[in-house]
Amino acid sequence: MGRYVARRLLQMIPVVIGTTFIIYALVWALPGDPFAGRCGARPCPAAYVAEMTDKYNLDDPLPIAYLQYFGNLLTGDFGETFQGLSVGEELLRAYPTTVRLALVAIAFEILIGIGAGILAGLRRGSFLDNLVLVSTLVVVSIPVFVIGSVLQLFLGMRWGIFPATVGGDASLYNLILPGFVLAALSLAYVARLTRTSLAENRRADYVRTAVAKGMPQRRVIGIHAMRNSLIPVITFIGADFGALLGGAIVTEGIFNVPGVGNLIFRSITARDGVMVTGAVTVLVLVFLLVNLLVDLVYGWLDPRISHG
Amino acid sequence: MATAVGLALVLAACGGDDDGGDNGSGGGGDGGSAEGPTGSVSINSTQPENPLIPTTTNEVGGGNIVDAMWTGLVSYDSETGEPQLAMAESIEPNEDFTQFTITIKDGWTFHDDTPVTAQSFVDAWNFGAYGPNAQLNQYFFGPDGANIAGYDAVAGQTDDTGAFIEGSATSETMSGLEVVDERTFTVTLGSPNSLFETIIGYSAFYPMPESFFTDQAAFIEHPIGNGPFEFVEEVPNTSINLRAWEDYPGDPKPQVENIEYRIYADLDAAYADVVANQLDILDKIPPVGLAGDVWKTDLEGRSASEPLTTRFTSLTFPLTNTQAWADPNLRKAISLAIDREAVIAAAYGPGNYVPANSWVPPGNDGYVEGTCGEWCEYNPERAQELYAQSPGVQGTLLISSNADGGHREWVEAACTSIRDTLGIDCQGDFNPDFGSFRARVNANEITNPFRTGWVADYPSIQNFLAPLYTTNGSANDGGYSNPQFDELIQQAAGLEGQEALDLYNQAEELLAEDMAIIPLWYDNGQRGWSENVNEPQFTWKGYVDPLSISVKS
Repeated sequence: MGRYVARRLLQMIPVVIGTTFIIYALVWALPGDPFAGRCGARPCPAAYVAEMTDKYNLDDPLPIAYLQYFGNLLTGDFGETFQGLSVGEELLRAYPTTVRLALVAIAFEILIGIGAGILAGLRRGSFLDNLVLVSTLVVVSIPVFVIGSVLQLFLGMRWGIFPATVGGDASLYNLILPGFVLAALSLAYVARLTRTSLAENRRADYVRTAVAKGMPQRRVIGIHAMRNSLIPVITFIGADFGALLGGAIVTEGIFNVPGVGNLIFRSITARDGVMVTGAVTVLVLVFLLVNLLVDLVYGWLDPRISHG
Repeated sequence: MATAVGLALVLAACGGDDDGGDNGSGGGGDGGSAEGPTGSVSINSTQPENPLIPTTTNEVGGGNIVDAMWTGLVSYDSETGEPQLAMAESIEPNEDFTQFTITIKDGWTFHDDTPVTAQSFVDAWNFGAYGPNAQLNQYFFGPDGANIAGYDAVAGQTDDTGAFIEGSATSETMSGLEVVDERTFTVTLGSPNSLFETIIGYSAFYPMPESFFTDQAAFIEHPIGNGPFEFVEEVPNTSINLRAWEDYPGDPKPQVENIEYRIYADLDAAYADVVANQLDILDKIPPVGLAGDVWKTDLEGRSASEPLTTRFTSLTFPLTNTQAWADPNLRKAISLAIDREAVIAAAYGPGNYVPANSWVPPGNDGYVEGTCGEWCEYNPERAQELYAQSPGVQGTLLISSNADGGHREWVEAACTSIRDTLGIDCQGDFNPDFGSFRARVNANEITNPFRTGWVADYPSIQNFLAPLYTTNGSANDGGYSNPQFDELIQQAAGLEGQEALDLYNQAEELLAEDMAIIPLWYDNGQRGWSENVNEPQFTWKGYVDPLSISVKS
C-alpha cells in the first residue's frame, strides 16, 4: 500500500512538470505582444512594457523563463498578478468556495443520482424505471448553460425562490441552485450507472447464493449487491469531484460564484497570464491527488483489487 | 488675451458655486447636510486590472473606483461634459496657453487627514511621468496629453524598435512644474495647449498623499484619495467597498453611505441580479437583455438609454504596409456600400446604436452634424459608380476585428451589405480576443480594413482627432498622414473657443475628402437600476456618477 502510494506520487512528478510547461508555454509563448490591448487603442508606454517584461522574465528563452517560474513554484511562490495581488492568496481565497460548491453538487449526485438509480434498478421496466430513464436522457441532452440560465431565470429572477447569483455570500443555501445545475449532468449519469450496475449484479451468482441461503432481501441488496454495484459509481463520482474542483467556468460564471472557475475565466479575459498558469497548475495537482484517492478507495470497497 | 481671461472667469465662477454650497466654515467635520449620507448600494464592476493608483489605472474596473475616491483640479459636468473647477480655485493661462498658474482650494485634506498641497499634485505628476515607475497613464503628461515641459528627460527614451532604454530617464522631476507656495503651482507646457484645463480633469492628474511616496505597498493595500468616498476594503474577485467620507469639503456631498462595487466575471449574471433587485445599479445592459428588447420589460420603470458622447467605432484602412487602399474612391465606395442602420439592427438590435456621420460623437463641443456628408450615407448606385472607377479589391475583401464583444456580428452584417452592393466577396478575419487583435494592429500587420474603436479620455473634439489621425498620433493605427490636417490640429491647440472649434471642423472636412477612416456608429448606453434606489445619473463617460446615487427612503 505504502509503496503503491509512493510509486503513484513519483509518477506525478513528470506529469506536473509536463503539464505546467505546456500551460506556461501556451500562455506566454503565444505569438503577439502580451501587453497589447491593455491600453485600449494605444500601445502601452514603452517603460511599462520594459518593466513588465523584466518582472515576468519574458525576455528569456521559454525554457529558461519556465525554469525560473517552476523554481518559484517549488518554494510556494506563485507570483503576482498584473494588479499586484499574490496569486497564491487569490487561489486560497477562491478554493473554499469551489470546494463547497463541489460538495453541494456531489451531495445532489449521491442523494438524487444514486437514489433514483437504486429505485430504477430494483424495479426494471416499471413506470418509475422509465421515468428515470427518460428524465435523465432529457438532462443529458441539454447543455449546462441552458439548464443554468433557465433555472436562474425562473427560480431566481422571476419567482425569487433562490438568489439569482451568489456573489460574496457563498452560504450553503445560496449554493443550492448552482450546485444543482453543476450536478445535473453527472447526476443523470450516476443514476443510469447505478441502475445498470445494480440490475446486473442482482443476476450475479453470489446474489443468487445469498438469496438461496435465506438471507433477508434487505441484506442481500443493501450489503452484497450494493457494495459491488457502487464501485463504478464511486469511480465516476470521484473523478467528477476532481473535475468539479477544477472549477466550473460556465456555472460559476452564470451564478457569479467567486470560485476558481470564475477566477480563471476572468484572468483569461484580462490576459493575466500569471494567474492562469498558477491556477491551472493547482488544478493539475488537485486532479492528480483526487484520482489517487479514488484508486485507494477501490481497494477498501473491493478487497479483490489490491494495491499491495 | 481677452478670451483667455474670459475662460478663467467662467471656470472660477463655477468654482464659486461649489463654495456656495458648502456652508461650513472651512472644511468642518460635521459633513455638510443635516441628514448625512444614508444606505448602501451595489454597482456592477470588473476586477481592477492594475493597482488602484490613478497614474496607472486605465480601465473601467479600477477607473470607477479611482474616480469615486479622488477629486481632481477639474471635474466634468455629468450632463454636458463641460469642465468645471473642482479642487482648483483658479487656473490662469498666460497669453499663448503655454503656462498655467494653478491655485488650489484651502482646507482640503486626504482621507488620512494630511493636507492636499500644490506639492501633492506636482509629486504625483512627476511620479506618473517618470519612466522607471512604469505607469500606464504616462503619456498623459507627454506630447499626447498635457505636454508638460521637461517630460522627455523624465520619461526616458526608446530605441528604434520602440523598446525602452534602461537608464535613459535623466531627471525625476519635470522642469515645467514649479511649486510657488503651499497652494499654488505653475505648469509650463512644451507647446501651446488651450485644452489644458479639460485634460487635467483626467484621473492621471489626481493628487497623491505623502504616504504613497514613502510606502507604496501599504498604499496599494489601502489606497488614500481626497474625494467623496474613502476606501474600506477589497475582497479580490468579489467586491470593493467604499464609504462616504465624512470630512469631504467638496460639493455636492455623497448621499449614500456605502457603495459596494460588486465584481462580475460575466455581465449576464449582473443583469440577472439587477432584474431580481439584488444588484442596485447596472451601467451596461448585456446582449442577453438587449435581444428582443426584453430589458425594457424586465426593468420597466427602472432603466434608461442615452447616447454616449465618448465612444466612436470606425473602419480604418491601412495605408503604410500596402498600396491596395491608396485610391480614395475605393475607400469611399466601401463606405457608401455599408447600410449602417441595417448593420446596427442585425448586430445590436434596431436603434441601440446611432449611425455616425462625423468623426466626433454628438454631445462633444465642436460636434457638427454630417461632416462626413454623402460619404457616410448608404447609396448603392453611387458606391457602384465609384467602385467602377477604382482599381477595386483584389480577391476577397477582408475586414479584421476581434470576434468577441459582439464584433463578429457587425462585421458579418457589414460584409453582407458590401457584398450585396458591390458584388464582391467579403469576409470577416477574426482574432479571438481584443488583446491578440490589438497586437496585430500595433505591429502594423493587417493589410485590409480593420475595426477601430475609440473611448475618449476627456470630453473634447481634440481627443477624437489628434491622437487618432495626426501623423504621429499615439493611436493612429492606419498610418493616415495629411500635413494639412496636422497643421490645423496644431494651430487649433493654440486657440480657444469657436476659433479653435472652427479649425477642428476644417480638419474633419479633410478626413471626409480622404475617407481613410470610415465612421460607423456612436454607442448608446443602456442601464438599469433596482427598486431600492432612485434613478442615478451617469458621468460623461457613461459610468455611474457616485455622487448622484441615493437610496429610496
